Amino acid sequence: MKIRAQIGKVLNLDKCIGCHTCSVTCKQVWTNRDGVEYAWFNNVESKPGVGFPQQWENQELWHGGWQLGKGESLRPKIGGKWRILSKIFANPNLPQLDDYYEPFDFDYAALQNEKSEQVVTSVRPYSRITGQVMDKIERGPNWEESLGTEFKHRSKDYNFRDVEKEIYGKFENSFLMFLPRLCEHCLNPTCVASCPSGAIYKREEDGIVLVDQEKCRGWRMCVSGCPYKKIYYNWHTGKSEKCVFCYPRIESGQPTVCSETCVGRIRYLGVMLYDADKIETAAATTNPEDAYEQQLDLFLDPHDPAVVEQARRDGISDAWIDAAQRSPVYRMIKEWKIAFPLHPEYRTLPMVWYIPPLSPIQEAASAGSLETLNGIPDINSLRIPVQYLANMLTAGDEAPVKAALNRLLALRAYMRRFQIENVRDASLLQGAGLSEQQIQDMYRLLAIANYEDRFVVPTAHKEDAEDPYHQRGIAGFHFNQSTTSGKSRFSLWGQQGVRPEIRRHTVKGG
Amino acid sequence: MNGTSFFYAHTDQWRYEQLTPREQLSPLASPEKWPQTVLDCNIQAERRGWLPSAPQLAVNPLQLGQKAAQSGQDPATYVKDALVSGSIKLACEDPDAPENWPRNMFVWRSNLLGASGKGHEYFMKHLLGAPNNVMNEDSDQRPDFAKWHDKAPEGKLDLLTTIDFRMSTTAMFSDVVLPTATWYEKSDLNTSDMHTFIHPLQAAVDPAWEARTDWSIFRGLAETFQRLAKGQLESETDVVLSPLQKDTPAELAQPYGDEIWRSEHPIAGVPGKTMPQIAIVPRRYDEVYDRYITLGPGLEKKGNADHGLQWDTTAEIQELKQTHPSVSVKYPERSSLFQDTDAVETVLMLAPETNGAVSARSWKSLSDKTGRDLSHRLGGRDGDRITFADIITQPRQVINSPVWSGVSSTQEAYTANWLNVHEYVPWRTLTGRLQFYQDHPWLRDFGETFATYKPPIETHSTPEALGAAHDNGNPVIPLNFLTPHQKWGIHSTYAENLIMLTLGRGGPVVWISEDDATRLKIVDNDWVEAFNCNGTLVARAVVSQRIPSGAAFMYHAAERTANVPGSEITGKRAGIHNSVTRVVMKPTHMVGGYAHLSWSFNYYGPVGSNRDEFIFLRKMNDVNWFDTTEKGKG
Repeated sequence: MKIRAQIGKVLNLDKCIGCHTCSVTCKQVWTNRDGVEYAWFNNVESKPGVGFPQQWENQELWHGGWQLGKGESLRPKIGGKWRILSKIFANPNLPQLDDYYEPFDFDYAALQNEKSEQVVTSVRPYSRITGQVMDKIERGPNWEESLGTEFKHRSKDYNFRDVEKEIYGKFENSFLMFLPRLCEHCLNPTCVASCPSGAIYKREEDGIVLVDQEKCRGWRMCVSGCPYKKIYYNWHTGKSEKCVFCYPRIESGQPTVCSETCVGRIRYLGVMLYDADKIETAAATTNPEDAYEQQLDLFLDPHDPAVVEQARRDGISDAWIDAAQRSPVYRMIKEWKIAFPLHPEYRTLPMVWYIPPLSPIQEAASAGSLETLNGIPDINSLRIPVQYLANMLTAGDEAPVKAALNRLLALRAYMRRFQIENVRDASLLQGAGLSEQQIQDMYRLLAIANYEDRFVVPTAHKEDAEDPYHQRGIAGFHFNQSTTSGKSRFSLWGQQGVRPEIRRHTVKGG
Repeated sequence: MNGTSFFYAHTDQWRYEQLTPREQLSPLASPEKWPQTVLDCNIQAERRGWLPSAPQLAVNPLQLGQKAAQSGQDPATYVKDALVSGSIKLACEDPDAPENWPRNMFVWRSNLLGASGKGHEYFMKHLLGAPNNVMNEDSDQRPDFAKWHDKAPEGKLDLLTTIDFRMSTTAMFSDVVLPTATWYEKSDLNTSDMHTFIHPLQAAVDPAWEARTDWSIFRGLAETFQRLAKGQLESETDVVLSPLQKDTPAELAQPYGDEIWRSEHPIAGVPGKTMPQIAIVPRRYDEVYDRYITLGPGLEKKGNADHGLQWDTTAEIQELKQTHPSVSVKYPERSSLFQDTDAVETVLMLAPETNGAVSARSWKSLSDKTGRDLSHRLGGRDGDRITFADIITQPRQVINSPVWSGVSSTQEAYTANWLNVHEYVPWRTLTGRLQFYQDHPWLRDFGETFATYKPPIETHSTPEALGAAHDNGNPVIPLNFLTPHQKWGIHSTYAENLIMLTLGRGGPVVWISEDDATRLKIVDNDWVEAFNCNGTLVARAVVSQRIPSGAAFMYHAAERTANVPGSEITGKRAGIHNSVTRVVMKPTHMVGGYAHLSWSFNYYGPVGSNRDEFIFLRKMNDVNWFDTTEKGKG
């Protein structure tokens, strides 16, 4: 057993209102620059729909993620190392600008400067790539907002496989859910494996996956390798970029910008301890439907004394172990089993998980005749088909999704009875396999969702990596450099500062 | 001022009105009792004091005030007699007479022409005299009480001034745009009856470029006005009519609803009872600035009041004089309102919600009025005071006040009418109880004494001939046109900045159903034109299963400043969502002087309900951008 820790994330889709505040704040902070106009480290998709970039979920099209090769061994779907190198100048699996959208802008200043009184001014869009006026904007990062575009196009949604989808295109059978997406910071990231330059790495201390901008050579194999299409090529710098999980904030114990600004309070951050030795076996499970359970098995109980002891031995600090024990994410994923990975069948072992949304019962008119147990409606009568959710979250296995929805319904029924009649009715919990204490905890975390309960983020142990005494001075005066490490190449006194190397306390590589 | 009636009259939408009051009546009512037009109903309502009007009188109120003062009579009686005898008229009786046109308009914190103004094209034509897409003709109806001019006026306004921090559609059509500070460049307060907190707006940086705070803009205007007024307008006597307002004794003026004060009717004109209140107001135009920057004496003399309650704030005003001394040479003894922060602190000092001592007095006022001791509602907070520094640190929960019917408490949910239900404070209705039956003659005639379903009205906006006259070869069908609030905002909230346009579709869109799209041979993102006799708009279609067949949605406030091409029909720049709507007035909304059905600013009065509107929709063949320069400038 080799224990590692990662800041994991859960998004409660039952509470997402599709406001896109996460996307807007992320955009303003990270991708408001030349070359990444079209890039959204965080975006929100209206489902059912083909998403952004188009049909990103369909790996028959993009060949992202992993597949089992000969002898049950894992290799990236775009091919092994030699195949990647052989296609390096003509990557066949790369989304084009039209699969994203052509970023545009408007010459707003014209509104102030226009003098004509004959024609009322209205500014036209121009391309931020070519500078040319665009006759018509044909796509955007949120083109399908709230079920926009015909069902026949949106129903190419990969999650409709094995679903008799035609009836869901009718007005009266419509369903809508929002899916906010960001980099999954996978345990088994294909982007890392696909990079010919070795520029992408997963941080040992917190699991954040980053592209080293010094090493990246812009081959874009990571763009193809990532099944979530969450790596973007910056056409201005010629390098790839991705969600950095707001690591400067995470390192100082703060939530990511998307989490901090979430209006619906749907995002949760917390430490997950996992057994790094089991990653390969879990990712290489024969049956994709087992991928969810296999990943669940990787996560270790932070209260188990044996786990705590091994974690310490593997260099995980007490503060991180303590955070793991209070982790909201761990409870939702492992204890209550109400959160699921997004497309575990891609075998990347993603670390951003989702609580599936409840939905109204299908036909209000027949509500009275529905099978209900203690006022809890039958899962199969919900407007969003369970198979659809299962295709998204458990590689098609309906059972775990049904169990989770049942728990969420039981939570509602129990709390409704309590708040309206002041009766704590334990019988409502029977089918859901929950205790009254668990209901209280779930209510606190899911419904009240206080800031300090949602985000349990320990600070980084920078003292292991850097000399804090030296760090104090790095933001001051410097010469001839745009940023400074604190070490001046040029000194008024003509000498270089000399510092001893810091030795890390953590044991590298186990 | 009552915006709906004002704009209905002065954008001349009434001239095109096809809908009559008579066709909306209950079968039990006698149609002959009702006038010909909706405008007549509004005129009756203004005559009876149910609604305010602007402009009020068909004569200059300053000249009338002077005459009244010199008449030797009581000036208010002089004005009343003149109104009753008909020697002076209300302006609403002849909205198209040049002396009754609005000439000068300020738009502040609003987007009249890009969002809220229903009947946008009529605004363009009649109020502004701007290029427009009106395709309507004068109605056959002639009002009983208003004068008809054969030629409709165009361009009534002489000056349109907008205060905004962006080039909204309204700013585009304004003569003067005064750039104002954004939320992060000024000090201000923000609260709502939807929650129990008071929030600050706080200047993080000073206003950019030439922008000034709203407070400073109005102060600057006052300063210049005062200087220019010298020798032109100094000490004047004004005549002001005001309606029978909610929470005043006048709200019980007409509990039976049907007194008529005109001389041809038997009942005498009594101001505040059968007609508007008449006030003679001394004006000092040469002191506008000095009055703007100081807190006036009225609050000390008359006390503070709301919801018919009254309480004293002399002590607080004395304290303000110490902490915020006047900088006015004219009024050195008053407290200051020079800076926006002075105004903010004055509000916080005097409001029961932010000053426990004031709240205690306001609760006493309600206790005295109801005979029930309600002092416990203060929750021991009579020593609390919330200052600007406090709310800058953290938004604070307001102190309970009798002005709000909900209470802030950890024991009770914040809901409307909590005081009425739990403390037995009478409801502010005619009966003092929850009242479902409205025994008013107008509501009886409309068959709406109880809440009632009524079928959609016929707006006559999509005559077949209009559709046929503008055939472009593509199928055309009429659709019910709805303009709901968009997901990210309401009313004038703007969404045409780059990030919101990027998350949308980069310009205006109209949502239609898949069935209708098939019938119209439209696919998603096609350019479409929506038109009716009110005007026309061009947008791209969003085809969606979530729209029911027969309806078209266009969300509020898309603006016409970005990505709006020309109309195929009129050859002019197409309009906004409100280009195909118009104000639809409902007479029952005009009722006043009936306790809870009494006009109250921003709370109760007529609305321009436009949900029964229809459009013709069709796919476009040609999209005209009127291109004059290369880079996206149309």
